Amino acid sequence: MFDEKAQEVSKVQSFATKAAFRFGYGFTAGEADVRDVDALLRQVTEADAGIAAYAGPSFADRAQLMRDYLKHKRAAKKGDAGAKPLLRASNKERNALRAADMKRVFGRALYAGQGFRERLVFFWADHFTVVPKSRLEQTVWGSYQEEAIRPHVNGSFGDMLVAAATHPSMLLFLDQVRSIGPNSKAAKNGKKRRKVKGLNENLAREVMELHTLGVGGAYSQTDVRQAAELLTGLVVGEDGAKFLPRWAEPGAEDVLGKRYGGDPAKMSDIEAFLRDLALHPDTARHVAQKLVVHFISDEPDPKLVDELTRVYTNTDGDLPSVYGAMLDHPAAWVDLGQKARQSFEFMVASLRALGIAQADFDDLATGQVNRGLNLPLNSMGQPLRRAPGPNGWPEEPEAWITAQGLASRLQWALSISRRLGRDTDPRDFVELALRELAGGSLKFAVGGAEQREEGLTLVLASPEFNRR
Amino acid sequence: MDRSRRNFMAQTLALGCSVAASPLVTPVTFASVPTDNRLVVIVLRGAMDALDVVAPVGDPLLRKYRPNLWKTEHQDLDGFFGLHPELGELMPLWKAGEMGFVQAVSTPYRDKRSHFDGQDLLEAGVVEVTSDVRDSGWMNRMLGLIPGAKKDTAFSVGRENMLVLRGAAPTTSWAPEGRVDLSPQAQLLLEKIYEKDPLFAEAGQTAMTLAAELNMAQMSDGDDGESMADMVNQMKEAASAQKAGGLAAFAAARLKEDTRFATFSIGGWDTHQRQSRSIRNATRELQSALTTLKSELGPVWEKTCVLCMTEFGRTVRENGSQGTDHGTGGAMILAGGAVKGRKVYGQWPGLDEADLYARRDLMPTADLRQYAGWAVHDLFGLDRASLERDVFPNLDMGDNPRFIR
Repeated sequence: MFDEKAQEVSKVQSFATKAAFRFGYGFTAGEADVRDVDALLRQVTEADAGIAAYAGPSFADRAQLMRDYLKHKRAAKKGDAGAKPLLRASNKERNALRAADMKRVFGRALYAGQGFRERLVFFWADHFTVVPKSRLEQTVWGSYQEEAIRPHVNGSFGDMLVAAATHPSMLLFLDQVRSIGPNSKAAKNGKKRRKVKGLNENLAREVMELHTLGVGGAYSQTDVRQAAELLTGLVVGEDGAKFLPRWAEPGAEDVLGKRYGGDPAKMSDIEAFLRDLALHPDTARHVAQKLVVHFISDEPDPKLVDELTRVYTNTDGDLPSVYGAMLDHPAAWVDLGQKARQSFEFMVASLRALGIAQADFDDLATGQVNRGLNLPLNSMGQPLRRAPGPNGWPEEPEAWITAQGLASRLQWALSISRRLGRDTDPRDFVELALRELAGGSLKFAVGGAEQREEGLTLVLASPEFNRR
Repeated sequence: MDRSRRNFMAQTLALGCSVAASPLVTPVTFASVPTDNRLVVIVLRGAMDALDVVAPVGDPLLRKYRPNLWKTEHQDLDGFFGLHPELGELMPLWKAGEMGFVQAVSTPYRDKRSHFDGQDLLEAGVVEVTSDVRDSGWMNRMLGLIPGAKKDTAFSVGRENMLVLRGAAPTTSWAPEGRVDLSPQAQLLLEKIYEKDPLFAEAGQTAMTLAAELNMAQMSDGDDGESMADMVNQMKEAASAQKAGGLAAFAAARLKEDTRFATFSIGGWDTHQRQSRSIRNATRELQSALTTLKSELGPVWEKTCVLCMTEFGRTVRENGSQGTDHGTGGAMILAGGAVKGRKVYGQWPGLDEADLYARRDLMPTADLRQYAGWAVHDLFGLDRASLERDVFPNLDMGDNPRFIR
């Protein structure tokens, strides 16, 4: 059945193909090829097209939604009959918001035409993972990426760190809102009936371990403790993070050999600490390593990591310079295939390859978003709001290409091929989606499928499409 | 519904031979693990109320703390404890000595009472919630101690990839409703496409085999593959496969082969309001899971130990909305032919206010990890030092409660 002579001859992978797979969301009909490094970098440095097309409500507006909800809930509990319909409407509105948030995340990746920027947004949102637990966190989730991550993807790491580590989503997720200086005014004069909370080290620890220095970084438990004391007072207010001096631990704190704060405690002390962390040599290396691991290989070329570290240090963490250093290095352009597309990336790349009209996508209703995007993502092992922990999603291909994961990819590929691929010839599709990556035996198999949608599915399920 | 599901699963099992005729199926081969015993861990998510499921009806304080909830007519177990009536179908298991309970146990988790953190700790089997708490679960680390364990030795069943089984040792995760509707011809083509990529080849092979068994069962369930009624049936089956009975049936099918460990979860235990009503869905699911395991496992049930554990217990007092809030001490459910049932294990702390944890919760008198530890110690001959070091770090297993036959 198979012609062994049709075995693929190893073909040269073009710049455009490597750029599309390694640094973008794959090919889609009608989009110009990326021909050089400058063109890739421009996707990051020019205006954010994704946010221009799909912007959601701010944190402040979302927090207002929650306050309204709580107001109706209290009224309903007291027996106010008029509050019940308002409560129902509020629940409905927040459910619709959740679906709309998910749609915006997909929409930007699908249609912005700035694949590299969108992949970087995903990378940074994962680096600064938040996992919403409470109703409030669920409601404000969509604003986190828009306010803390996206504005800084083309800026400095320090700015992004400050924005992410002090965003209400992060303060809630990593328990900063429960942390109170043991000797603060609030702890000392706190009303007896109110349970006095103590110091919570969670945010301080993760900022150093995950966001900046890395787990092997040069910090001790004492640094964590001191940093946690420094962070006290940082809480969530009506419109965003706010600083409550009454909650802050009095006195200065020594972290990594430097003294911060003193009385009175100020928000600016915390910011100064975060900015110093951003410039720490361990942070430079940690960030460089993570970028290379995410985009290129789980076993990164040390020379490439060194180069990124050097540029990060020389530019004080200017991210476009760091991206540029990566893209200018030959090690970034080795052949594709060492990484697997994570599930979200697989879905976006599949929808782009098959082509879903933006107007049709924009028309998807809440239920369709849940059935068509959320459920498949869950089945494929990547519910976007439920990363396994503050360290984000796993990088290794073995975590994604499991029996359950692959079956879910196949089944979903079959269903979208039926819906979107009615007029697509699989033989053309394999060329459009994979170009020179498609070898002879894959083309033969795709051409040999009995049904059109199965031919398309074979392309989407192929190792060539799922690896990068 | 129940009946059709059993029927459907029975056919799945009977189909062993015909499945082999399907193009892709060289059935998944299983390495033989040098043990014949089976362990099923069911995580009860949401915090099961120990004082309602295994109610200390012999303690007159119960009705004072719970003026509404105590009215539930529990079925007598041992003269002191009573079983929730919604779990009545489990009474035969109790009477046959195939079901028991452990009262007043908990994880080391205290005071914050968050489901999220509590479940992480329960599944990780560790003492503290740290940033790497979700990297590995205790069942996975235990698997690392079992010689000859392979990918198929342990199954996480259902859509969620259970934390308790996550980690370095290879395991398989599968949702029984998972299906792959590719034609046999396309499956052959896919196999060819995957030939040169071992990662895809292995995952694809397992996926096709498991999906094929379930698909074949579904196809042969109706008379006419095209009829509307059949489609409706298929949808119903897909829905019921996601429920606990479906998960249990799938787990049983694997355990009858060379699989030795399976885990899944049952949610719905967070009964803050109208508990007598809101608990019903969870109890129904639990009952269906345990009865399905027994009926589907057949003779293998004799070698099986089922541990049902929850993140923490609930408040001793009922709250203002006839429910209960997050507490501390809870209960564990033991089932299977391998357990010495018809007994409520554990040291009962009593319900006097001074005996409660923080004057509100049942006082935990043992770490539930001790029971899990002794179960795997007795079932699989794992040594205590490794268990206290690798599987449940910093645990003192204490005396063996000897609940494994």
